[in-house]
Amino acid sequence: MIHLLPLLLVFLPLVPALISFALPDRMAVWRDAINISFALIKLAVVGFLLLAAREGVITEWRYEFLPGHDFILRLDSIALLFITLSAFLWLIATVYSIAYFGRGPHLARFFGFFNLCVLAATGVAMSGTTITFFLFYELLTLATWPLVVHKGDEKSLRAGRIYLIYTLAGSAAFLAGIVWLKSLVGTIEFTAPPDLSGIPRLELTLIFILCIGGLGVKAALIPFHGWLPEAMAAPAPVSALLHAVAVVKAGAFGIVRMIYDVYGIDTVSELGLGTPLAVLAGATILYGSFRAVMQTDIKKRLAYSTVSQVSYIILGASLIGPFAIIGALVHLVHQGIMKITLFMCAGALDNRMGIKSVADLDGAGRAMPVTMAAFSIGALGMIGVPPTAGFISKWHLGLGGLQSDAPWVIAVLAGSSLLNALYFLPLLYRAWLLPPSAKLASVRELDGAWNRMLILPAAITALATLAAGAFATSPFSPLSWAKLIAESGYLK
Amino acid sequence: MSPLDLLVAAPLGFMIAALLLGAWARWSLLAAIPVMAGLAVWLLLLPAGSAHVVGDWNLPLGVQLRADGLAQMMVGATAACASLIGLYALHEFAPGPDRSETAHGFAFWPLFYLLWGGANAGFLSTDLFNLYIALEMVSLAAVAMAAMGSLRAALRYFVIALVGSLAYLLGVALLFSNYATVDLTLLAATARPDLATKTALAVMTAGLLIKAAVFPLHGWLPPAHAAAPAPASALLSAIVVKVGFVILLRLWFEAFPTIVAPAGLEVLGWLGALAVLYGSVQAIRQNVLKALVAYSTVAQIGYLLLAFPLVATAAGTGGAWAGMTIHAVAHLLAKAAMFLAAGLMLEAVNGKRLEDLRGLARAMPLTVAAFGLAAVSLMGLPPSVGFIAKFLLLEAAVEQGAVFAAAVLLIGGLLGAVYLFSPLAWTFAGSDTPVVVSRAPLRTAAPLALALLAVSLGFAGQAMVEVTAAAPLAGPPAAVAVDVR
Repeated sequence: MIHLLPLLLVFLPLVPALISFALPDRMAVWRDAINISFALIKLAVVGFLLLAAREGVITEWRYEFLPGHDFILRLDSIALLFITLSAFLWLIATVYSIAYFGRGPHLARFFGFFNLCVLAATGVAMSGTTITFFLFYELLTLATWPLVVHKGDEKSLRAGRIYLIYTLAGSAAFLAGIVWLKSLVGTIEFTAPPDLSGIPRLELTLIFILCIGGLGVKAALIPFHGWLPEAMAAPAPVSALLHAVAVVKAGAFGIVRMIYDVYGIDTVSELGLGTPLAVLAGATILYGSFRAVMQTDIKKRLAYSTVSQVSYIILGASLIGPFAIIGALVHLVHQGIMKITLFMCAGALDNRMGIKSVADLDGAGRAMPVTMAAFSIGALGMIGVPPTAGFISKWHLGLGGLQSDAPWVIAVLAGSSLLNALYFLPLLYRAWLLPPSAKLASVRELDGAWNRMLILPAAITALATLAAGAFATSPFSPLSWAKLIAESGYLK
Repeated sequence: MSPLDLLVAAPLGFMIAALLLGAWARWSLLAAIPVMAGLAVWLLLLPAGSAHVVGDWNLPLGVQLRADGLAQMMVGATAACASLIGLYALHEFAPGPDRSETAHGFAFWPLFYLLWGGANAGFLSTDLFNLYIALEMVSLAAVAMAAMGSLRAALRYFVIALVGSLAYLLGVALLFSNYATVDLTLLAATARPDLATKTALAVMTAGLLIKAAVFPLHGWLPPAHAAAPAPASALLSAIVVKVGFVILLRLWFEAFPTIVAPAGLEVLGWLGALAVLYGSVQAIRQNVLKALVAYSTVAQIGYLLLAFPLVATAAGTGGAWAGMTIHAVAHLLAKAAMFLAAGLMLEAVNGKRLEDLRGLARAMPLTVAAFGLAAVSLMGLPPSVGFIAKFLLLEAAVEQGAVFAAAVLLIGGLLGAVYLFSPLAWTFAGSDTPVVVSRAPLRTAAPLALALLAVSLGFAGQAMVEVTAAAPLAGPPAAVAVDVR
C-alpha cells in the first residue's frame, strides 16, 4: 500500500481540478470547500510521509512507460523538502486566491488549472528519472499558460505568448539534452547517477549546456529571464505561485538535480562547468536587482527581484561545497516563503486600495498595517536582515563562496543586498513614514471573513519567514532539513 | 470467416444499406458502430501476422488480407475515429424538414462507408493491385466529400488525385510485367534491382506522395480540406492521407527493402523535413481557422516522411518504426478531434477567422478543451500519444546521429506551438462571454472523446510499441509459397 503513496500524492490534485472544471459558478462555495479540503488532505499526506521518512522509509512507484524508460516517482529527502514547501504554500495560496477573486466569473477554469499546476509541481519534485522530470516539467508549462492569460486582456495574451515561446524553446533544448545523454549512457535514475567517464568531454559539456540552458529559462537565468517580468500581467495569486513554488522553482530544482544527481559534483568540477554557471548566476543576481531598482510598478519590481533571488539557489548549487549546497537548498524554501508573502501583500494592496505603483504607497502602513507589516518582514528577509530567513540563506551562501575559493561571491552577495535595500527600503519608508493620501483612510483591513482570508495568509507566511530564521537550529527548520539532505546525499 | 474479410466487406454492406435506406440512411450508423468496433477489437486480438486468403484462391491469384502491427494500429484507430465522426455527422447530414432527402444527407453516408471500407482494405491488403483499388475507393469518396464544400477545390483535388492514381497504376503494371506477381511478400522474395523495378518504384512513390499530400505535392490539400464540411474535413485529414502513406510504407519497407537506395530514403526524409517547416510556416500565416488546421496536416505528414531514413526495416526492431506508426495514429485521432472542434466553434459564432473565436473558452469550454487537448497531442507535448511518437522518433534520430532530423523534430514542435496556441489564445481573449448559436450541443462529445483518447493513449506507450513491434511481418503462408516464375 505504501508504495502507492507517491502516485496518490502526485495525482491527488486531479480530483479538485476536475471538480473545479465541472462545477458551475453558482456552486462556488462547494468549489472553495473542496479546494481547501484537498489542500489540507495533501498537507496531511505530506506530514505522514515526513514522519515515515524520518524513520528512513523511502517510497517509490515505477512502471515502464516506454521500452527502456521507467516512469519513477520517488520520495527522497530533497523531493520531500520541495513537496513540504509546495503543500504548505498551496494551502495558503488557495485560501488567498479564493479571497482575492471573491465571487468573480470564470473561476472554474482558474481553480482547475491551479490544481493542475500543483499536480505538475509535485510531480517535478518526485520525479526519479530525467524523462519523468521532463513530463511534469512540460505539464507545468501547459497548466500555467491558462493562468497567465486568465484576464484575457491584450497584456495578458502578450505575456502568455512570450511565456510560451521562452519556456517551450527551453523545454526543447532540455529534451534534446536528456535524449542525447540517454543515448550515451542509458536510462538516468537520480538515485544512481550514470557513469560518464567514457564519454568525450565536449559532448558532456554540450549536453550540460543544453540542459542547464533549457532549465535556466524557467529559473529566469539571464539571458533567458525575459518572460518573467512580462508574466506580471497575470493576477496576483498566479504571480505568487509562479514565483514562489511553481515555475521558477521547477527550473532551479532541475538545475540542482542535473548537477548533483545526473552529472555528479565530481564530473561537474572536472569539466570545469561549475564556475561559469556560478558566474552567470552571480551576474543574474546583480542584473535582476539592478533592474528592480528601476521599476516603478510594485509587481514588476518584485518580478525582477525574483530573477535575482532564484539565482541564489543556482549560485549555491554551482559553487559545489557543503555550505553552498546547504545555502542553495535552504534558499529554495526561504525564497518561496518570502516571495509569496510579498506577492500576496502586493495583490492585497491592489485589491483593496488599488495600489499598483510605488508612488501610491504613501501611508499605506496606516490603512493596512497587517499587510504592510507582513510585506516589511518579507522585504527585510530579501535584504537578508537577521533574524529573518533570508539572512540564513545568505550566510551559508557567503560561507560557501569562501569555502569554494570564490571570494567574489561575497561581493555579489553584498552588492545584491545593497541593491535589495535600495529597492525595498523606499517602499517601507513611504508606507510607514509618509502621510497617507485622502483616499486610503476609509479601508478597514480585517473586517469580514473575506478580508481576513485575503490578509492573513500573508501574515502567516511572514511569521514563517521569521520563524525559519529565528529557529533555524531547531530540528524541523528548513535549515536542518537542508543540512540533512546535504549530509546524506550530496556530500559523500 | 475472418475479421479481416469482414472489416472490408461490412462497410461495403453498410454502404449498400445506406443507399437503400435513403432518408433513413444515417441510422445505419447505430448498427455499423458496434459491428465495426467489435471487428476492430477482434483484429487487435488476432495473433501477430495473421493472414487470410479471401475465397481460398492461392497466391498469386488470391486476395490476401493480413493483420500486422501497422494494420492493427491503423484499423483500430480508424474504427474509433470514423465511429465518432459518424456520430458527429448524424446532425449535419440529416434529412431536411418533412424527411425530405437532401443531396448532402443522401450522398454522405454511402461515401462515408465507402471511405471506411477502402481505408481498411488499404491497411490490410498485401497485394499492390488490391491496394490500388483501395486507394481508388478512398479517393473517390474523398473527392466527393470535398465537393460538398467547394466544387473548385474538389475538381483540383480530383485531377491531381487522378494523376497520382495513374502513376501508381503504371508502376503496378510495370511490376506485373516484370515479376508476374504484385503480391508484396512474393515481390520481396524475388526483387531485382533492375531499371524496370526502379522506374516502377519511382512512379508509384510519386503517385503515393500526391495522395499523401507530401510537400511539394500537397497543393491540393489545404483548399479541399479547409472548404469541406467539418466531418468530411476530419475524415480527409485523419484517414484519407494515411492510406497513401501506409501503401508507401508497404512498398518501401516490405516489397523492396533490398533495392531501395539509402539515397532514396534520404530524399524522402528531406521532403519530410521541408514539409514540416513549410507546412508549419504556412499554418502560422493563416488567418482562417480551418486553413490553419489543414496546413497543420501538411506539416504533420512531414514527420511521417522524416522518419523514413531512420527506419531500417519494417520488422519493428527500432523505435523509429514504432514512432512513425504511433505518429500516424496520433495525427489521425488528434486531427479529427481538431477539425470537429473547429467546426463546432465556427458554426457557433458563424465565422471562420481566428478572431471570431474571441472569448469562446467561456462560452463553450468543452469544445475549446477538445481543441486544446488535440493541440497538445499535435504539438507533441506530454501527456499525449503525440508526445510518445515524437519522443520515439527523437530518440531514434539522436541514437543514429541524425542531428538534422532531431532538430526538425524539435523546431517543428515549437512552430506547432506557435500556430496552435494562436487560436487558443483567441478563445481566452476578452472578459465577456460571447453569445453563441448552439445547435445539437451533444456533438461536442465526439471531438472531446477523440482528444481524450489521444491524451490517454499517452499513458499506453509501452502497449502501443508492443503492438507495432510484436507483429513481425509474416512471410507468405507456407501453402502458397510457390515459385511463380
